[in-house]
Amino acid sequence: MSSQSAARSRTDSSGGFSVQATGEPGQAVTFAVSGHIALATLPPLKSRLTSLLNHYQPAALTVDLAGVTYLDSAGALLLVELEEEARARGITFTLAHASEEVQKILGIIDRQALTAPPLKVEEKAGVVEKVGAATLKFVDDLVEVTVFVGDLCLALMYSVLHPRQVRWGEVGFYMRRAGVGALPILGLLSFLLGMVMAFMSSLQLEQFGATLYVSSLVGIAMVQELGPLLTAILVAGRSGSAFAAEIGTMMVNEEVDAITVMGFDPIKFLAVPKVLASMLVVPLLAVYATFFGILGGLLIGVSLLDITMYSYILETRKAIALFDIISSLVKSAVFAVIIAGLGCQRGFRVRGGAEAVGAQTTAAVVAGIFLIIVVDSLFAVALHYIR
Amino acid sequence: MAVAERTPVIVVEDLTARFGDYTVFEHVSFEVYAGEILVILGGSGCGKSTLMKHMIGLYKPYRGRVLVHGVDVNTRNEAELRRLRQAIGVAFQGGALFGSLTVAENIALPLREFTDLSQEDIDLMVKMKLGLVNLAGFENFLPEELSGGMIKRVGLARALALEPTVVFFDEPSAGLDPITAAELDQLILDINAGMGTTMVVVTHELQSILTIAHRVIMLDKSARGIIAVGDPRELKEHAADPRVLAFFRRQPLSRLTKDA
Repeated sequence: MSSQSAARSRTDSSGGFSVQATGEPGQAVTFAVSGHIALATLPPLKSRLTSLLNHYQPAALTVDLAGVTYLDSAGALLLVELEEEARARGITFTLAHASEEVQKILGIIDRQALTAPPLKVEEKAGVVEKVGAATLKFVDDLVEVTVFVGDLCLALMYSVLHPRQVRWGEVGFYMRRAGVGALPILGLLSFLLGMVMAFMSSLQLEQFGATLYVSSLVGIAMVQELGPLLTAILVAGRSGSAFAAEIGTMMVNEEVDAITVMGFDPIKFLAVPKVLASMLVVPLLAVYATFFGILGGLLIGVSLLDITMYSYILETRKAIALFDIISSLVKSAVFAVIIAGLGCQRGFRVRGGAEAVGAQTTAAVVAGIFLIIVVDSLFAVALHYIR
Repeated sequence: MAVAERTPVIVVEDLTARFGDYTVFEHVSFEVYAGEILVILGGSGCGKSTLMKHMIGLYKPYRGRVLVHGVDVNTRNEAELRRLRQAIGVAFQGGALFGSLTVAENIALPLREFTDLSQEDIDLMVKMKLGLVNLAGFENFLPEELSGGMIKRVGLARALALEPTVVFFDEPSAGLDPITAAELDQLILDINAGMGTTMVVVTHELQSILTIAHRVIMLDKSARGIIAVGDPRELKEHAADPRVLAFFRRQPLSRLTKDA
């Protein structure tokens, strides 16, 4: 092996190059290239060669490679480019003193590949086409969601009729994950929310000497709206996303395919335990959040507003009807189905790789929170008339 | 290869890998010479991949060190580390292509980040590298549209993007049909012969080893280190260690020891 290959293996890429041109413009010209011709030195060498070529406008060009100490495939590509350029200008091109190593590298460059057209051409779509594609995608999306909702309803009904076939171990696992795991953060958030609400409303109610009503305000707001809503949004962020990511990753790893092939229904196997767990645990979480919200209000009422603990609790109890509690539980269960169902559905939609998992997880949370708020407004209207 | 002219490119010195209390291998020392294809082989769980990950600086050694071109792969000198990373190319087992980027974008990524080339030059480099791995024309495909063998070849093209002097291969022929595996072996040989790139290949595919390896080092789980170094064709015939013979003859170890 010559010393050149040893030199070629050196990591040092700072080595310079030089180009010496000899000959008369318009005649036979020789460019003597020497030194280190590599990826790092490519841009300056290329511009130097181009300017020399333009200056000499030779009839015949010889590139002398005797002084080349290092050549990598990027450098070889440059020589090939130079040759193509010369040929295009009608210049006779020859390489001189190319060592065996240099010839080998030049030999592995596939010249046809350099001009091969792409096998697949990306087509630029027009506005109309884009709108059309988006509409079709939306319709597909809608069909898919509807099919999933139908499948999920059937699976849930089946589970109610055949409770022994539900994987209760999984249900317990997800209840712990989605429920117990959320307790600290949910407790803290609703406690602070209750405090803030009591404090802010007291500033207004004080003007009318009606600070006692802080208790019923906090109580009603927490039970009817904020408890279930805060819980649902938190669970959507914590667990809806987790469900989507979990099922999505299983899609990517072909685990869902394996489940199908083994004869399980992926919806019964993967989605039902998550949805059931959420339906059981989210109403409980909502009660928990409501309790802590009222506790926060109580703290402000007793400490800042001179309300006794007894009268605060009495006022709160008077303000809250059983109907409110039951409707809030029902509402929470509906939220739970939305969060868990959407999380699973987005997970099943993952195609491809890591990026799709991320996109669908985001979609699960965003769409989940959006739907929660829409459904909450519907509940507000409906409950008003039912009452 | 003339022995006298061997220049070590990679030096592994007294390397010990340990996860918790479990020692994968200990006191491993060897060198990789310029322009050679060195295959690291051994049975499952012997630490081949762990050794490779130490050599490319993904794992920190418990003891010992790895030098590539005289630079410790765990150096804290940012400039040195950057130069080192550009001198090393790694072709991962599953290709490790970025799924959201096209083939061309995958290969162009290091060129765009680490060189001053113009877009036009980058495009040409990408075409050249695709030609090198026999995938001319596949620029605009997404990884998910390619077969396993193609993905590995794009992975190799990306590993070669910055003209590394050393290329590492993790199980290049794993999961490929015999024809595709043989094509990939040929590609490794062609690139090694054409560009003089030093190559370190982790594999246990016997056919590949006999085709491509200039030299092998064999690791063993029970020995926690190297049990054989040398030309695979010679080892196959004349190895003294029954574990080495069993590997090259593709026989259960029990039968060989019984015969002996």
